[in-house]
This record gives sequence, structure tokens and C-alpha cells, in this order.
Amino acid sequence: MPHAHSAAGGPGPGESGTAPGAGKTVLEHAEISRMLTRIAHEIIERTQGAEQVVLLGIPTRGVPLAARLAAGIEQVEGRAVPHGSLDITMYRDDLRLRPARALGRTQVPPDGIDGRLVVLVDDVLYSGRTVRAALDALNDLGRPRAVQLAVLVDRGHRELPIRPDYVGKNLPTSQQEQVRVLLTEVDGEDAVLLRVAR
Amino acid sequence: MNRHLISAADLTREDALRVLDTADELARISDRPIKKLPTLRGRTVVNLFFEDSTRTRISFEAAAKRLSADVINFSAKGSSVGKGESLKDTALTLEAMGADAVVIRHSASGAPHRLAEWVRGSVINAGDGAHEHPTQALLDAFTIRRRFGRSSGGEPGAAAGGKPGGGLDGLRVTIVGDILHSRVARSNVLLLHRLGAEVLLVAPPTLLPVAVDAWPCSIGYDLDAALPKSDVVMMLRIQQERMNAAYFPSVREYSRRYGLDAARMAQLPERAIVMHPGPMNRGIEIAAGVADSPRSTVVEQVANGVSVRMDVLYLLLGGAEAGQ
Repeated sequence: MPHAHSAAGGPGPGESGTAPGAGKTVLEHAEISRMLTRIAHEIIERTQGAEQVVLLGIPTRGVPLAARLAAGIEQVEGRAVPHGSLDITMYRDDLRLRPARALGRTQVPPDGIDGRLVVLVDDVLYSGRTVRAALDALNDLGRPRAVQLAVLVDRGHRELPIRPDYVGKNLPTSQQEQVRVLLTEVDGEDAVLLRVAR
Repeated sequence: MNRHLISAADLTREDALRVLDTADELARISDRPIKKLPTLRGRTVVNLFFEDSTRTRISFEAAAKRLSADVINFSAKGSSVGKGESLKDTALTLEAMGADAVVIRHSASGAPHRLAEWVRGSVINAGDGAHEHPTQALLDAFTIRRRFGRSSGGEPGAAAGGKPGGGLDGLRVTIVGDILHSRVARSNVLLLHRLGAEVLLVAPPTLLPVAVDAWPCSIGYDLDAALPKSDVVMMLRIQQERMNAAYFPSVREYSRRYGLDAARMAQLPERAIVMHPGPMNRGIEIAAGVADSPRSTVVEQVANGVSVRMDVLYLLLGGAEAGQ
């Protein structure tokens, strides 16, 4: 299911069913990999070696991103970085606006998150509501020492006081536009698309 | 999904698989230190029990509480039902209190269906007479799917919830015992058949309902012949409280012909499982040794019941109301 962040339907997964390729390509595979490599380095730098770091991706596309970042950090540090997924469906603030949705998977690394530095990973940062829900979800799993946020694309239009710590690309958009991130693991190709919602 | 869950037949195969996949994710919550989700905060679930129940009522209560709903328990004993209040008046009272969901158990078949016409909230059938018990069928299907490794799974990162789980295609399920009085049997036959399982009912002819030949299953009378060909054996309780006639000569004779003891369990294929919806009459339909064996899923069924009921409450109440 393609992941679209549109103004019309509010934040979060929606607008499914459009064929990949619709819209203007903003980022391609090579740029996406370079950005993820850079973010991996930034995480290592900011956390002095990423020792206590746990990467948690937000389904759907945050999860493969977290895995790629973990692999990137491992390449530099030579040490495996725990990573997993954090489903936020049950914590959303817009549940009652739509029919009940399918749940994603929450998979926390075996050592848990207590006392760790959790880096939340998502594909697009928009209203910030997903991240708020993720903070609530995290609260029920344990008590991290600190929480940081890494996103591939920051498209602006925040509705909550939330800011990312690591950004692949700042992409100025209007609310009429949709940003779609495609990843090989889910969609068969890497790309970031921008298109005007009709 | 519909607004209500009255019958297992309300669920299409896709609906049922979706319910089971969601339950797989919810089951993981039970392993967490904080077993609570904020999803149904501020919503009210009424447990309306006109018949005795331990498992189902507690299970629904735990499920609703884990989703942060407010739970009101109503049991007919000690209520105005004793003073002769009708189901409709009780329903209107609940309506006035703003119940978002009513979980009803009633001795009359069709009571949940009637109730659904009177209240605005969702109605969940928790057993009506000898008619249906859809959440029991869902949790049985869920238990079978887990035991046979067909649950949704896969690595995180593959997709939102990993790969979706499969149906029960090709599995042979034998349901044994008091089919006549069993709402569990009817719901299970409907649901398991829809999920692709082959269902066989084994019972004395006196304990089969009249129109059973119209059910999507086959019928047999010989338990020993059925066992070697069964992947799942579901033993039903002899419901003596509903028996107003002599359906079999004696409990001992019933037990000898239709009870599952250790010798009979040995005839089962190696990976077969033994299920019982509870409460069990140990020594009548199931021997104590069988009920406590590793093949028995009785305790698992109870644990899975909470996950499945959370799931049903979430799918009925969690999203926007139908028609919005």
C-alpha cells in the first residue's frame, strides 16, 4: 500500500491504490542511500558511538528505514545496533474519524528500551501527530533515557510542538501536495514522489 | 465488518482473517508489562449477562479494560429482571446510560438480534440459547491457527504486520458431543467451514439438531473411526441443565462411547490437538489426563479469548461508526 501524506485526509496512511510513478520524483535511490548514510553518521556522532541506541521504526515504511540505519551504523562501528518496530495505530488521535484499521507490528529488541536512547524512525514528518502517538506508545513499553526522532523527509506544517533530530531532506510543500515515499522492501523501488492532490 | 457481531455467519472469510490477524498483534500486548491501550478511552461497554458465565464475562471484561473502556457489569441475578423487567426495558435503560457496546448472553436464541434493534451501540453476542457464540468460534479458530503455525508473522519491515496469516484450509476438525444444545458447535461449524476447514460432527443421534444436514459439515456417529483422521478434536460439554429428556441411557454409557480418554487420544495423529470450550465435565466427555495433556489447548483458549475479544471490541468500536 503506497503511503501518502496528504492534506485532505490528515496525517497518516491513506490515499492508497495510486500507481507508483504518479507525481514528480524528488529523490531517487542514490540520494536516499546517501541521506541514510549521513543520518547514520549523525546518530553515531550525536550519541558518542551509538552504544545505547535502539532504533524503532514506525510501520509501514519507518521499519525498513530503521533496519537500514542500523546496518549503516553497524558498518561504521562494527557492532550490531538493536532495531525494531513500534506500531502506533491504537494510540492515534484520529481513530474515530475512519473505519477501524489493521494493526501493524510492534517488535521491541529483546533487551527492551529501559534506560536506552530510542531513535524513532519514520518516512515523512508532517503534522507531528504520528510522533505524539509514538511517544505515548513508547511510554507503555518502558522508560527510555531519551527519545530522538529521525525522518527521511520533513515536509513542514507541524500541528504539535515536535521537531526532528535527524532529517534526510527538508521538503517545502503546500498542504495541497502529497509526499509519497517508496522503499525497495515494501514497494520494490526507492523514490520520494511529490504530487498535487486532486 | 458490520456494526454488530450476532452470528459467525456475519463474517466473510476476509473479515474473519482480518480479525484473526489483528488478534495476532493484540496477543503480543498480553506479554507486555503494561497490558493496556488507550484506544477505547471514554467509551462504555456493558456486559449484559442473563445466564451464568465465568470465562466469557471475565474475558470480555478484561478485554474492554485493556482497551481502556469503562465496563459496566450487569447480571440478571440481583437486578430488576427478577422483578419482571423485560429485555426491551433493560435495553432502553442501557441506551439511556449511553452504552457504546452491549455484550449480551441470554438463554433465548435470538435475544441479541432483538436487542440490536433497540440500542444504538454495537451488540456482541456472547451466547444466545442454543443458537450462536461467535467470539468462541473466533477464539477457537485463532487457537487452531496458532497451533498449526498459520498465524500472521514474518519479519518486521516486510509490511505493516508481517505477512498475513492463512486460513484453515485442509484441516480436519471433529466436533464431538452435545451438538443439540451447543451454540459453540453451530458458530464453529459456520466459521471453520468458511475458513476452509472440513468439519465433522460426531454425536449420538439424539444429540444432533433437526436440520443439521443443512449445516456445511459432515456427520458421523463413531468417534473411534473419526479420531485417526482428525487434526483437531473439539469436545463439547454435556449440557445437563438444558436436558429435559433422556438423550442417552446413562452418563457412563455416553462417556464410554463419546468421551475422550487416554486410549482414544492415542489414536489421534501426532500433531492433533484437543480443544474444549469449557467448563469441562472431567470424566464425562473428557478424561482428566487428556484435559491436562500438552495436546489440550483448554488454557490457551482462555488466554486467546481475551485477545480475540479485545480485537472484536476494537474493530466494532475503535473506528468511525458505520455510515459516517
